[in-house]
Amino acid sequence: MNRIVKSQKTSRLINKIFTYFYLLLLAVIIIYPLLITASSAFKAGNVTAFNLNFDAEWTLSNFQRLFTETLYGDWYMNTLIIALVTMIVQVTFITLAGYVYSRYRFVGRKKSLIFFLIIQMVPTTAALTAFYVMALLMGALDQSWFLMFLYIGGGIPMNTWLMKGYFDTVPYDLDESAKLDGAGHFRIFIQIVLPLVKPMIAVQSLWAFMTPFGEYMLAKFLLRTPENYTVAIGLQTFINNPQNQKVALFAAGAILIAIPITVLFFMLQKHFVAGLTSGGTKG
Amino acid sequence: MEYVEKDDKQRVKKATLLSIIPGLGQIYNKQIFKGIIFLLIFALFIIEMINFGAGALVGLVTLGSTPGLDHSLFILIEGSLQLLILLLFILFYAINLNDARKVAKLWAEGKKVNTSMKSVLLNVADQGFPYLFTIPAYVAMIFAIVFPVLVTIFIAFTNYDFYHIPPAKLIDWVGFSNFTDVFFLSSYRDTFLAVFGWTLIWTVAATTLQIVIGIFTALVLNQKFIKFKRVFGIIFLLPWAVPAFITIMSFSNMFNDSIGAINTQVIPLIDALIPFVDIGSLPWKTDPFWTKVAIIMIQGWLGFPFIYVLVSGILQSIPEEQYEAARIDGAGLIQRFRHITMPAIFAIAAPIFITQYTGNFNNFSMIYLFNEGGPGSIGAGAGSTDILISWIYKLTTGTSPQYSIASAVTLFISLFVIAISLMVFKKTKAFEMED
Repeated sequence: MNRIVKSQKTSRLINKIFTYFYLLLLAVIIIYPLLITASSAFKAGNVTAFNLNFDAEWTLSNFQRLFTETLYGDWYMNTLIIALVTMIVQVTFITLAGYVYSRYRFVGRKKSLIFFLIIQMVPTTAALTAFYVMALLMGALDQSWFLMFLYIGGGIPMNTWLMKGYFDTVPYDLDESAKLDGAGHFRIFIQIVLPLVKPMIAVQSLWAFMTPFGEYMLAKFLLRTPENYTVAIGLQTFINNPQNQKVALFAAGAILIAIPITVLFFMLQKHFVAGLTSGGTKG
Repeated sequence: MEYVEKDDKQRVKKATLLSIIPGLGQIYNKQIFKGIIFLLIFALFIIEMINFGAGALVGLVTLGSTPGLDHSLFILIEGSLQLLILLLFILFYAINLNDARKVAKLWAEGKKVNTSMKSVLLNVADQGFPYLFTIPAYVAMIFAIVFPVLVTIFIAFTNYDFYHIPPAKLIDWVGFSNFTDVFFLSSYRDTFLAVFGWTLIWTVAATTLQIVIGIFTALVLNQKFIKFKRVFGIIFLLPWAVPAFITIMSFSNMFNDSIGAINTQVIPLIDALIPFVDIGSLPWKTDPFWTKVAIIMIQGWLGFPFIYVLVSGILQSIPEEQYEAARIDGAGLIQRFRHITMPAIFAIAAPIFITQYTGNFNNFSMIYLFNEGGPGSIGAGAGSTDILISWIYKLTTGTSPQYSIASAVTLFISLFVIAISLMVFKKTKAFEMED
């Protein structure tokens, strides 16, 4: 008996040691690249590579140079506008559609739900040539509105599906009893059901907002003059030219994007799981 | 009695026949307001057809005849747009026929029919509510997805490339020759097979890696005794929270062969810490094999937090009693994992895992921002680590663009991804919905 207890104790100890070793190792692997990028933003002189080197001279001048010597301010504004418009329009559209697919039984409902499910599998960004030709015809090359339009439309099928799944989790009795009290379509939607899906709306807003900050391919392909760039393609110009690398400026610019987005991300984090799984498998 | 019934049947027939011209059937049904609206839509369509539509559809067949004057691309786009309008009109037409027949039946059965403008409008507002709410989503989707896909399909059957740039040159239909080029002609076929092969390896390796790390981390961090759980939880979320392009570009700098932090700091540290290990410096950016290794590892780093968050949520929803019962029955750690934990995770997360695989199949940023698909070239514009989507990008943006070939490859990856997803969704019963 005593031996069993003892062996259980050692195996528990081994497990503990392994657990903390794993967690610490993973934490180091995650923090190291982020830390050396972030620290490079505060280094004076000609930085060419990110590394952990604390002998350097520290400075805030990189941030100042970012706004005086480069177009970073323009890029940031462009991205912010694209992100806000994308977020507001897309979330409005998917909330309306998701609500209807969850609450109403109408002719064509099932067919169009399956249509949404299939069309969200199409890798839309791959249709580059079609976007190019459309932009040529509409004079939309180098215009941010066309990019917004593609971001909005491209995210709709998948996100409508997720939104509908979340609406499904709100009990139907609520709107039934409101209907008996004589509330109309709009009142049930706005006053009864909408307040209950706020967490999902928040999560979807964050996704939609983050897309333009992170998307590279379409932005690079459609935006042609540096003044119109978004931050992703703008910052890349600092490091993709081997003759003229501005690594410290890249790091400074990256910090100014990463911090607000990371903060927003952690604020909404607790709603993620419900948002991810609610679209699940039920119709 | 029989006479009356025959009369009713005739009435239905008459209404349906009359609505061959939309609106007339409705007017016959005494729904004057609705009839006028339908007639107006019909008239608009006819006028549109005469002024623009007919020409656009003919243009879709010829793609223009005078170089320098006819812009084949615009003709193609206008034709596609007209095709879409035509489809919408056919839908309207079917609704119109159906409506005339249904309302006539209502008359025949002596049921109430809305005839006044007010009651029709009220009825539309009530019954049409769901349609009203989905129209914005549909319009955005049709123009941002359906229409581009239609245009891509058309371009894949033309010879649009840098030899044929309108308006100086005309574009022509070339049948399946782009597809035979890609799948059978040696110069393109070899590149296609190499790129497709690596795309598959990349997708499976990178996605499986991030799923394994994600599940494992969730299980480890789910143990009760751990202190500072929240701190670890926040750190593990960082790779997901920081926009990926930032970390990929940073990694790209860190993996630089001569000055990068991996070769100058990390590997020397590992060599010093672990006895008998001497890795030296590795050609991360100049050797295709090492670039591939780096890309897969970085994707594991970037992608595991999403899985970790998802699985953590699922783990917390598994009732503790299940594990207790299994423990009493003598099930060991591995048995409990195989029979309780795994099924619970897959029941919920399987469809999401699939979207992870299809996402990496088209993960342009990771491939392009790390090493621009390089190093080196394997012909037809592709680098040694290019996946299909970054090859498409290069075919479209290079100095000698191959738009039609790029469109053919786009169609291929779309069909491939849809086929795989459909197979899995069928298995997970996503299609079995209540009506």
